Amino acid sequence: MTVTEDRPAGKEIGSPRKRKEDQRLITGRTKFTDNIQLPGMLHLAMVRSPFAHATITNIDTAEAKAAPNVVMVLTGADVADEQGALPCAWPISEDQKAQPHPSIAVDRVAFAGEIVAVVVARSAAAARDAAELVDVDYDELPAALDLKEAAEDTVLAHPDLGTNKSAFWQFDSAGAGTGSAIDDAIRDAEILIEREYRQQRLIPAFMEPRSFAVDPTGEQITMWSATQVPHILKLMLALTLGIPESKLRVIAPDVGGGFGGKLQVTPEEVITLLAARRTGKPCKYTETRSESLMAAHHGRDQWQKLTLAAKADGTVTGLKVDLIANMGAYLGLVTPGVPILGAFMFNGIYKFPAYQFNCTNVFTNMTWTDAYRGAGRPEATYAIERMMDQLALELDMDPVEIREKNWIKHEEFPFTTVCGLEYDSGNYEAATARAKEMFGYDELRAEQKRRRESNDPVQLGIGVSTFTEMCGLAPSRVLGSLNYGAGGWEHASVRMLPSGKVEVVTGTSPHGQGHVTAWSQIAADRLGVPFEDIEVLHGDTQVSHKGLDTYGSRSLVVGGSAVVAAADKVIERAKPIAAHLLEASVNDIEFKDGRFSVAGTDKGMAIGELALASFSAHNLPDGVEPGLDADATFDPANFSFPHGTHLCALEVDTETGGVKMRKYVAVDDVGNIVNPLLVEGQVHGGLVQGIAQALWEEAVHDSSGTLVSASFVDYLVPTAADTISFDTDRTVTPSTSNPLGTKGVGEAGTIASTPCVVNAVVDALKPFGVIDVQMPCTPERIWKAIHDRGAGGADPTEGEAMPHFDEKDVADRSEGGAQ
Amino acid sequence: MIPAQFDYVAPSTVEEAVNALVEAGEDAKVLAGGQSLLPVLRMRLNVPSVVVDLCRIESLRGVRDDGDALVIGAMTTHSDVFHDPLVREHATLLTKAVEQLADPQVRHRGTFGGALAHADPAGDLGAPALALGASFVIAGSGGTRTVEADDFFEDLFTTAVQDGEILTEVRIPKYTGWGAHYEKFVRVAHQWPIVAVAAAVRVDGGTIAEARVGLTNMGSTPLRARAVESALVGQSATDEAVRGAAASAAEGTNPPSDLNGDADFRRHLATVLTRRAVLAAAGA
Ligand SMILES: Cc1cc2nc3c(=O)[nH]c(=O)nc-3n(C[C@H](O)[C@H](O)[C@H](O)COP(=O)(O)OP(=O)(O)OC[C@H]3O[C@@H](n4cnc5c(N)ncnc54)[C@H](O)[C@@H]3O)c2cc1C
Repeated sequence: MTVTEDRPAGKEIGSPRKRKEDQRLITGRTKFTDNIQLPGMLHLAMVRSPFAHATITNIDTAEAKAAPNVVMVLTGADVADEQGALPCAWPISEDQKAQPHPSIAVDRVAFAGEIVAVVVARSAAAARDAAELVDVDYDELPAALDLKEAAEDTVLAHPDLGTNKSAFWQFDSAGAGTGSAIDDAIRDAEILIEREYRQQRLIPAFMEPRSFAVDPTGEQITMWSATQVPHILKLMLALTLGIPESKLRVIAPDVGGGFGGKLQVTPEEVITLLAARRTGKPCKYTETRSESLMAAHHGRDQWQKLTLAAKADGTVTGLKVDLIANMGAYLGLVTPGVPILGAFMFNGIYKFPAYQFNCTNVFTNMTWTDAYRGAGRPEATYAIERMMDQLALELDMDPVEIREKNWIKHEEFPFTTVCGLEYDSGNYEAATARAKEMFGYDELRAEQKRRRESNDPVQLGIGVSTFTEMCGLAPSRVLGSLNYGAGGWEHASVRMLPSGKVEVVTGTSPHGQGHVTAWSQIAADRLGVPFEDIEVLHGDTQVSHKGLDTYGSRSLVVGGSAVVAAADKVIERAKPIAAHLLEASVNDIEFKDGRFSVAGTDKGMAIGELALASFSAHNLPDGVEPGLDADATFDPANFSFPHGTHLCALEVDTETGGVKMRKYVAVDDVGNIVNPLLVEGQVHGGLVQGIAQALWEEAVHDSSGTLVSASFVDYLVPTAADTISFDTDRTVTPSTSNPLGTKGVGEAGTIASTPCVVNAVVDALKPFGVIDVQMPCTPERIWKAIHDRGAGGADPTEGEAMPHFDEKDVADRSEGGAQ
Repeated sequence: MIPAQFDYVAPSTVEEAVNALVEAGEDAKVLAGGQSLLPVLRMRLNVPSVVVDLCRIESLRGVRDDGDALVIGAMTTHSDVFHDPLVREHATLLTKAVEQLADPQVRHRGTFGGALAHADPAGDLGAPALALGASFVIAGSGGTRTVEADDFFEDLFTTAVQDGEILTEVRIPKYTGWGAHYEKFVRVAHQWPIVAVAAAVRVDGGTIAEARVGLTNMGSTPLRARAVESALVGQSATDEAVRGAAASAAEGTNPPSDLNGDADFRRHLATVLTRRAVLAAAGA
């Protein structure tokens, strides 16, 4: 179905507007949750378990309660009857097993960082001091930490469940009628490649730590939360705590990043609300960075076993995927569904006849995992793009050529894939041709050959990744068919104010993306009012009463489309009034550039004049209500499928294992573009985040389940100093599933760049017979891969951090003094 | 995170600072740039009763020329050391090391003396100071004493500075005309070195006449690679000759194993980085 309209490009859409919201966001002169101060406000500090798995035998809060300025100390036992269980909105199977997830652990902790007690005090410092005085006795239990071992039920993360397996989910193309049988493909394969890849555990590491404030005074309890999902949070809090939804108001004020990490209903939110309700006073909790790294949900963490069947000429005939996905200790809001979001993407841009996806979700005694930028789709893209390289290697073909042989040709769109998805549009040939041209592919291959021939200690690697993803979450019906708890529509209102200014209310919840700017551009073009005259309101459920928030690259595709629809309704509402005031027939009223005019005459009125006329309501046609405001809800019939070709050249210093990036080209197709600057921002940021998975970031635990990479000293989030300037460009094949013709861009860079970089690293090591390096490709792993000749450098990382701020400092110094 | 409560004094002379420390006993902490101490306090790894801030003691700041040595005040920031023309001329190795230390924010707050007194084995200043044969001037209630570099670093986070004492200045002999290089190996730019090598060489007519080589993060203290130094003397400054000498860089070291690499990998790195550092120092 094509709903794209043929409208002349407007003045605003397509223009590289600088972001309206940046001045206040960058200077911090705005409302972030932690800036909120209310009279009589109390502050919370959490006491967290140092153990990955333990029984709580006793909690002594007496000393903490007696400490100065402490108002209350809560333990799990105190709130056991009222705290409910934190919600999981995506049960993937009917027999899915799950341990109820309490906000405050009651008698057992299941991961290091789980909250066991809460101190409420008159200042944050007093709360922190008293938290040190809470005395908790634990009996340590064996912890399920290694994912593969956990899948064997060697040690149980939750003894009562009797197994670590939460659920099994399968997609089989033969069973679904969307393709042929994988077993046949494997049996008949001329070439069969089996590989196992590790998706390491990552930490979303958003800039603003999570912060929550609750005001219990008044009829509605108000919660400010640094969340991506104020609307979902409101509903879930109501369901979890049995508070009527109408008695709750949630506000996501300005929020400093999320990357999926704030797509959650958190223990801390529930606890802050409980504390406010019990004390009758406003309460606030802001986490420390250490708490954030340890206890805000993590991402990825899978083992992927892949079997690829192909013909000798390089045509892929089937792919089988066996996943073990680490849930961590509990099921968060969409935890079980994250690997399922990847289920339909392992075939990528290719035409495989047979496909099977098997996923086992497994509990461990670690922080629970959940959505992280790309959620499921980076894992899938990584797997297939690494496998396509392996196939090229096997056949000694160029990796671009092998892809070309298998991908969907542009004239084959719309194309129904082996997963049953209908890819509406795309042009992989065009994006790849452009990328190769920008990259200087042939010259770099020639340089690589020279370096190989001369045994240069610095080898050149060239990586490619062609990707697509399903985003713009999403068609409500599809989400329903996957058992997801909510729909995927989005809502917008356009309010025409009497003075001619405009308020656009959106149900999306920006936390750094720039919606305020983009929505202003859309509304400006649609209504013919100046960009500056538009205010975009979001995040407060009293103002934006309907919405499904921001994640899954959905905001522009779904939410922006709702703005278009609402603006169009405003114009339709204005037409009869214009006709009445201009003494013409409605059929003769034309609207263009903010002006309603009578066809064939020079009579007309500006939209602002109509706003005032409809407000004063002195002279409206009979039966016409005052006001021009309009609401609209948009629910797409299909996902959007951005795609692109990325190429990376990097140097590997074979003496040290160090990697230096030389060139990175990203040619993305995200359909029509509302604001090229915002697209660049998303692409560049996404690239860095994906490259970080390839080279730097990993959440590492020691053998007792303590997070070792527990600060930014050891969890290596890159800075501008570690990356190069990327060369980006775009091809444009508009999406057909939304009126703007746009495709999601929020996750594209992250999805494509990880395999691109690892492919380049492995390509550089080809002369050494290396076929894989486990992520992150650290110098040590690369060096060992070279020396162990292809063993992959997948030795477990030593579970130790460098002790720059160690207690040793204290001990040694005082001892030194005594000597 | 919020540190536990402590008393705070900011005296304006070394004498007052020493008195404050002595009075408070072993619970006192000296505060310089705070780049290492503040995280320790905020994570509550240390709970001092008194913090004695040296920031108002003007005499501890700056670099002066003292004949055949330079004297660097303990409170001179990394950034000031980097920009100092005397250091650049007579102790280039320090300029090269501080240039790569942490990030601009840390370099503007962190101090030369603080970094050395902190004695993080992964710190970037220990190895250069050791290689250059620095001497450390320490003030205590009984006056000042001077400790040579070889005796200053005792263990992980432990130096010759005792409770009740303050490192006031560091004397660096002049190495005018020497070539120097600090080869730091990191995964991301703002990281402490996984391994680093500090090298200063005097090249005379294409031959290495003198060499000083220090190793960072190859043990619980910075180390001198003396075997490398002696092997270098008399060698021509060529890749082949230096490679041979550098091969012994890891001898007698005891590097840590951690997230960034195990001891074997570090031993290997030490030889590669030593070769590179020496060649770069020699201008080869
Ligand atoms: C993000 C980050 C990255 C960093 N990266 C690096 C790096 O790559 N390389 C590197 O070398 N360092 C690095 N550092 C540490 C930095 O060099 C610190 O500045 C230094 O280690 C301590 O110096 P300071 O002046 O801040 O000392 P403080 O933090 O104030 O003090 C450190 C310790 O030394 C004691 N002390 C300080 N001055 C004296 C004195 N005059 N006499 C006696 N005792 C004293 C204090 O009591 C304390 O125990 C980094 C720090 C940060 C925060």
